[in-house]
Amino acid sequence: MKTKLLWLSSLTCNGNAHSFLNYHELSLFLDNFEFIYHPIIDSSYTLDDIAKKDIECDILLIEGAISKELKKGDISVIDMIKKYAKKAYRIVTVGTCASFGGMFKNKGEGLHFLQERELEEFRYFKDKTVSVSGCPVHPEVLADTLYMIKRGYDIKLDKFLRPKEFFSYTVHNGCTRNEYFEYKIDNHNYGEKEGCLFYDHGCQAPYTNGSCNKILWNEVNSKTRAGLACFGCTQPQFPKENLFFTKKNMGIPQYLPLGVAKRVYLTLAGISKTFKIERLEKKLFDD
Amino acid sequence: MKREQIMNAALKLFAKNGFYTTTIPDIAKKLNMSVGNIYNYFKSKDILAQEIIKYISSYLGEKLKKINLEKISTKEKTKKIVKIYFQTAKNQPEMIDYFLRVYLSNREVFKGGCEGMICINEFMVEIMIYFEEGVRAGELKDQDFFSAFGLFMGYLGGMVFLKGEGILPSDLDYYIEDISDNIYKALSK
Repeated sequence: MKTKLLWLSSLTCNGNAHSFLNYHELSLFLDNFEFIYHPIIDSSYTLDDIAKKDIECDILLIEGAISKELKKGDISVIDMIKKYAKKAYRIVTVGTCASFGGMFKNKGEGLHFLQERELEEFRYFKDKTVSVSGCPVHPEVLADTLYMIKRGYDIKLDKFLRPKEFFSYTVHNGCTRNEYFEYKIDNHNYGEKEGCLFYDHGCQAPYTNGSCNKILWNEVNSKTRAGLACFGCTQPQFPKENLFFTKKNMGIPQYLPLGVAKRVYLTLAGISKTFKIERLEKKLFDD
Repeated sequence: MKREQIMNAALKLFAKNGFYTTTIPDIAKKLNMSVGNIYNYFKSKDILAQEIIKYISSYLGEKLKKINLEKISTKEKTKKIVKIYFQTAKNQPEMIDYFLRVYLSNREVFKGGCEGMICINEFMVEIMIYFEEGVRAGELKDQDFFSAFGLFMGYLGGMVFLKGEGILPSDLDYYIEDISDNIYKALSK
């Protein structure tokens, strides 16, 4: 029996809907799930049907920031959310805008949070909600979450309702540049294999919750592996400013690896900087 | 504790007579100990010298940490750090002398195990935190760490040096107010 999904788009760029098209087992997924409505995948009903009729729905997926004013045609999105939140046995906020406000945090808010602040309005169905943040959402993380729901797993969530299975790690975990991080060598040019991007290039991976370096994008790569900084897109504060630069105060990064106290960080940094590892200072292959 | 007694005696001798002029027998004599017994605690004179700088760094670091943990402005912290530094120079002049005349002057002694900041880490960490939190609080100008560090520590070291040479007409305490003010003005936004 296919699980019935309703994908509602609120204030969004549709990036999550597009990202999900990259899920490598989409056809198998559609053997197990049915979209009663999805903005770009063939589905059983129109948005008008969803608004006007009483259609069966198991899981409600919400993409985009929640805005009270937003209407699609003459249909209020928030009314549809309220209607189907009651019917669905689980709700998934897809992407960072629906989870925390994200790019649209000045025009809307997440379903249960505006950045880190918890909101009251939909608290009555908070127990049903799972948040899969990301800008855009990682297709495999979303699909795996939906499979876990379908199979009735007891999904452990963090304080922002994100599945710990995917969000208890930092993006730093599994990064192929860890050796450069350990010895504090940034020395990076965008797209190159060498160097860590944390010290100068704005990489937020050591304090961003996500599995990008464990569950690779399109099964092949991640931003940091490809040579670009992690922008912290799964976090409540996303997006910060000056994403290509590490904010520092007198040379000390303002944001430190998750759970690492400043004195500990500085002590380790003092020791690490003492070493000159020639192998890491130069190009990996220069012939 | 014997180990600490040896370090204290050696610290005074190294600071006064220099690292190379001071021998292990000199230190043993001062403590009424046998030379062999000193080697039970420290395998070599170099290792003793390294342990002493760690001890000084830890001593000063602990004092700075207390200041850093106080909920006061960076301006007030600046004055307290200057005060602690001058008090140490007055009450335990050997500590500052050792830093300036042995640690900074005989770098070769500190190569095997005290490279970079390793042996003065506790002191450096607290100085970094003082600067970092000063910038974060919007009081200090964001700049290269060593430009700021040199201004602060170079100034204090210079004053202690002048005092040691008998050039300063007044006691170090007399200069605390003005020097704290100068440093804060130079570092602030």
